[in-house]
Amino acid sequence: MDPITVIRSRTVVMPSTNIDTDQIIPARFLTTTTREGLGSALFADWRYDASGAPRTEFVLNRPEARGCAILVAGRNIGCGSSREHAPWALLDFGFRAVVSTEIADIFRNNSLKNGLLPVVVDEATHDWLLAHPGVELTIDLPSATLRLPDGREVEFPIEAFSRYCLMNGVDELGYLLGQSAAIEAYEGRTG
Amino acid sequence: MTAKTLFQKVWERHEVVPETPDTPAVLYIDLHLTHEVTSPQAFSVLRERGLKVRRLDRTLATMDHSTPTDTAQIFGGVPIALESAARQIRQLEQNCAEFGVELLGLRDGRRGIVHIIGPELGATQPGKTIVCGDSHTSTHGAFGALAFGIGTTEVGYVLATQCLLQRKPKTLAIEVAGRLGPGVTAKDLVLAIIGRIGVNGGTGHVIEYRGPAIEALSMDGRMTICNMSIEAGARAGMVAPDETTFAYLKDRPRAPQGDAWERAVADWRRLRTDAGAVFDKTFQLDAGAVEPMITYGTNPGMVAPVSGRVPERPGDTVFARALAYMGLQPGESLREKPVQVVFIGSCTNARISDLELAAQVFAGRKVAPGVRALVVPGSQQVKQEAEARGLAQVFIDAGAEWRESGCSMCLGMNGDTVAQGSYCVSTSNRNFEGRQGAGARTLLASPATAAAAAVRGRITDPREFIHGA
Repeated sequence: MDPITVIRSRTVVMPSTNIDTDQIIPARFLTTTTREGLGSALFADWRYDASGAPRTEFVLNRPEARGCAILVAGRNIGCGSSREHAPWALLDFGFRAVVSTEIADIFRNNSLKNGLLPVVVDEATHDWLLAHPGVELTIDLPSATLRLPDGREVEFPIEAFSRYCLMNGVDELGYLLGQSAAIEAYEGRTG
Repeated sequence: MTAKTLFQKVWERHEVVPETPDTPAVLYIDLHLTHEVTSPQAFSVLRERGLKVRRLDRTLATMDHSTPTDTAQIFGGVPIALESAARQIRQLEQNCAEFGVELLGLRDGRRGIVHIIGPELGATQPGKTIVCGDSHTSTHGAFGALAFGIGTTEVGYVLATQCLLQRKPKTLAIEVAGRLGPGVTAKDLVLAIIGRIGVNGGTGHVIEYRGPAIEALSMDGRMTICNMSIEAGARAGMVAPDETTFAYLKDRPRAPQGDAWERAVADWRRLRTDAGAVFDKTFQLDAGAVEPMITYGTNPGMVAPVSGRVPERPGDTVFARALAYMGLQPGESLREKPVQVVFIGSCTNARISDLELAAQVFAGRKVAPGVRALVVPGSQQVKQEAEARGLAQVFIDAGAEWRESGCSMCLGMNGDTVAQGSYCVSTSNRNFEGRQGAGARTLLASPATAAAAAVRGRITDPREFIHGA
């Protein structure tokens, strides 16, 4: 996992509420045994028509979406299935952060584990972002702030431990393995 | 002593290291269930890092998601039709063999949907922490376990350390007074709850379902309710264990036996929310007012009584998009809408009592012309029992397809899909766009409502067909 400090990018806006993980990546793409190459299946049923041709009107198919690393989505993105293929597909496509007023629990957790930054903002900021697609944002992880083009800074919540892992590009497995004495003691107490 | 909720009691029993402002809790996991779709990349991580599975005795694998339900492909020597699914199944077999994980494999009589077999084997027990790389792990909370879905990275963590790093969630009490009417099921109740609190109403919370209507439910019904907690955004739902729970578990192969059983039950009796314990949020509902429910939109919160109409929400573009996908009009009556497919199955509603209820409707009747009805038992043991009790013959005589167990048409990974534009009344848990196949239109309902739609070819109030309703 690459360390994250600052993400600077234009936004792609998908205003729909409750974008579920079946939309982010439909189940038929889950019969894979690796985590690579899922970007082509990202939002497959919204991106392509029944013949497999791209729907030109869909936001990710527009030329201005190219190179964008920040997805601004409607409330409650990532609801539904626990498939980690959802953040894998978003990352493989090129996204590094997802911004919304609410991000579903399991998707949020899975995103943090893979270096896709979940950014929860207040409704006023969210409304402004939805109304201004394509603006350039700066997300600063050390200070947990999102900077708008007018210079306004908005703080977002992030768990201190997750922030440490993301900034240092380390996963939690090393930390958990380091708890083996405590785990053994627990197993000794409880059987 | 402070009064505690059921959730707090189970959580505290599993704190290896309590949380601090800087670090999440290290939470011990008693039972890790795993399947073919969300585990391969986790086993790869173990291999890359040279790690072993820490507790083989707490890890159980099966195959359900991409697994065929066609008897010939499982028992008849016919190759699995989907090559990628076949590869995934082989990969799970290899991973389990290499790491020593117990696998209830393709032809094992105990195989089935992971959330059906855990309880069936008696591996799911009150007070346990249970995880699986599947969001419907919430099902096991029906036993008073703390059970929740995790991603593949966390599957790897649990394999390697038997632990997870977790922040303590908030608690939401859902108190259900009264009693469900005849022909109204746990599925209708949970759909009504999600309709009221919304698909994000439980985000960040563990739900405890309480009250007389919940206590009156069978374990199958409680599992249906807890199963769909995630559809309200809650990772876990719980019901306090009681005599119904103990009677279900007694003498199951993996439940404690003999003296150990008596000790376990005495301990499990303590797993109730204390009087005066405080929940972060509370929601109340009267079961007597719940009618048979059906969804009309593209998330489980878009739900109405079968006798009702599609709501009108002028100016709501997301709502309009959902209705356009569903081919429905605002204000339209749901009853009598023609359907093409009926699916009775999934971890929500494929236990024996679900099949019994469906069989009551199918008995002596035929699937309507032009309708395809698929009945997929939740496990091979459910299948066997349904065959022994004559339920399977009722489905076959009615003209429904009777399959091997698996997730099947709930998510259409194994080739069991609904065609573009077709309406499917489904006993599963998600009506998301494309969930049952690209362009498929899912209408979630109870097994009774699904079976009634199958025999009439139209959305129907199941109480027309249920004895005593």
